[in-house]
Amino acid sequence: MTAAEAISADNRPFAIRTYAPAQLREALRRMYLIRRFEEGAEDSYMRGLIHGTMHLSIGQEASAMATCMELTDADKITSTHRGHGHCIAKGADVGRMFAEFFGKETGYCHGRGGSMHIADVRTGNLGANGIVGGGLPIAVGAALTAKRLGRDDVTVCFFGDGANNEGAFHEALNMAAVWKLPVVFVCENNRYGMSTPAAYATAVRNIADRAVAYAMPGVTVDGNDFSAVAEAVHIAVARARAGEGPSLVENLTYRWRGHSKSDRNRYRTKEEIEEWMARDPIARFRAELIAHGILDEAGADAIAADAVATVEAGIAFAKDSPSPAVTDVTRYVYAES
Amino acid sequence: MNAMSDAGLRVLSYSEAIREAMAIAMEADPTVILMGEDIGVYGGAFQVTLDLVDRFGKDRVMDTPISELGGAGVAVGAALTGLKPIYEFQFSDFAMLAMEQIVNQAAKLRYMLGGEASVPVVFRLPSGSGTGAAAQHSQSIEAWFGHVPGLKVLQPATPEDAKGMLLAALADPDPVMIFEHKLLYKMKGPVPEGSYHTPIGKALVRRAGTDVTIVAGSIMVHRALEAAEKLAAEGINAEVIDLRSIRPIDHETILASVRKTGRLMVVYEGVKAFGVGAEISAMVAESDAFDYLDAPILRLGAADAPVPYNPDLERAAVPQVDTIEAAARRLARREV
Ligand SMILES: Cc1ncc(C[n+]2csc(CCOP(=O)(O)OP(=O)(O)O)c2C)c(N)n1
Ligand SMILES: [Mg+2]
Repeated sequence: MTAAEAISADNRPFAIRTYAPAQLREALRRMYLIRRFEEGAEDSYMRGLIHGTMHLSIGQEASAMATCMELTDADKITSTHRGHGHCIAKGADVGRMFAEFFGKETGYCHGRGGSMHIADVRTGNLGANGIVGGGLPIAVGAALTAKRLGRDDVTVCFFGDGANNEGAFHEALNMAAVWKLPVVFVCENNRYGMSTPAAYATAVRNIADRAVAYAMPGVTVDGNDFSAVAEAVHIAVARARAGEGPSLVENLTYRWRGHSKSDRNRYRTKEEIEEWMARDPIARFRAELIAHGILDEAGADAIAADAVATVEAGIAFAKDSPSPAVTDVTRYVYAES
Repeated sequence: MNAMSDAGLRVLSYSEAIREAMAIAMEADPTVILMGEDIGVYGGAFQVTLDLVDRFGKDRVMDTPISELGGAGVAVGAALTGLKPIYEFQFSDFAMLAMEQIVNQAAKLRYMLGGEASVPVVFRLPSGSGTGAAAQHSQSIEAWFGHVPGLKVLQPATPEDAKGMLLAALADPDPVMIFEHKLLYKMKGPVPEGSYHTPIGKALVRRAGTDVTIVAGSIMVHRALEAAEKLAAEGINAEVIDLRSIRPIDHETILASVRKTGRLMVVYEGVKAFGVGAEISAMVAESDAFDYLDAPILRLGAADAPVPYNPDLERAAVPQVDTIEAAARRLARREV
């Protein structure tokens, strides 16, 4: 049997047959980290340690992590208001993220941005965004840079189902296609934009159907299935790196929490939420790793415990960090000479 | 049962007053419709439309996709042809996505068509800082629209005005933008029953005084009034004018006050440079009231920066009671 035949005969899930065990364990660790980070953020918010609002992605961890599997620090992402998962999946430090939530000088944005604006330039995260659809053209611009400078890095653009009805979405996809830019549009379709069902607000059935209008491949996958997402993004990234242009990947998923801290959940039922909670992407990925011998229960528990400890240390770091000086309110408006 | 004020008037919150205005208008006029993101079962990002969808149905309380340019533009087209839409932006910041339809279309259609068209659309825009929502959800951009002939730009400071301005805006044949302050939504105050109009383009003297004129709008009116009370204890008697309308602007009320006090200070939440204060200062400098000035005009606006997230920085970025008080004191003592 040739190696190629061995792979095609291998009917294990895509991620298991594609990534090294250490990579898979790290992916699970980051998914736990996303979950615990957001729980920690929510808890801090309840205790009045964080002001403003926040958008939690609990329940969507596979989409964030599986999408980032093959991205290096040179590859870019643009994120959204629901961006903590993307940020952690791309390799950010949760201590600096918490510090940002707490408005501290040690935070990723030196306390100026908060949850909605976290970026980590070092790991290629160009930032969350307060404007729905705001990251779409920016991602295309980042891809243009890579192409003009002859680099082979790609840009992954995360956005929600709600964002696909902004003009920016349509303009961005069209330009990416006509210029054959190395960008992967990843729609996290969690069924709602705030309270508005995608099925009500969007004329097409699947958001990936929009790809046809911009002459690029479009695929819809189970966004809570790590391997399904990883495989779809793998194909899209390979296409982008090969200079063949953009793709649209739609991850069907669900947010367990309300839209933000002011959501009364009047637009969906408790049953619907519970049904989706039963499809926990982390539990599913963990079970898959155990089933394929990547780790055992004790190993998985140790990874989960590590995430808890990392989050606790991150919160402690944030609490101990200094606040920015009030006299520095106009700092960072322009470059410092 | 409604609460009553000291004067025996019914008390409503600012958001209840706005909701009541919408309900009165919808009951009286079947062409009035509401449009906006999550204004139906969600009740609006700030719960202003709340239960109106239950009362008037989804055909008149229309959730729009997240498409500000399209949504505002559809409202403009509907207004042009016989409906009276009230379009809610979730945050005034998102009006930037609809600039084209507001500024190039709604504001100019009547003029470009030589008076043959009318665009009676109302835009509602939750505005301002103080909620920890950072740079893209906290702006005060009302002055931008003051630069656009064809628009009317209002800023209610009280529940009574919030209701009266919305009803006046709906009765107005031209596009009206109403900037509502997020921190005022829960504020309570006396609100008359039934339909009434707060006149568009009329400022109001909220506190009469003799020593210094403070012109303010929206939440700054309340901060200026509080500062004025503190100054009164030291014998400085400030007159506080609630601007209410940025376009058209009430020159006469401001000029009359300046002729009386000889000192002018303008307080606003937008960035200080090129803001409401610039227009008012220039207007006074160009008038006879200039001769009555005993001190330079003083502007108090936001720091020259986007609104920061950190709560201490956020507070420091815009005028507060203590900064207004200190500035008015300096002005009264001619220390500027
Ligand atoms: C231009 C703009 N319009 C509206 C909003 C308010 N808003 C923030 S998130 C959101 C829903 C976005 O839905 P979706 O794109 O599906 O992302 P999700 O929240 O589901 O992750 C809305 C309406 C905004 N931030 N920016
Ligand atoms: Mg969504």
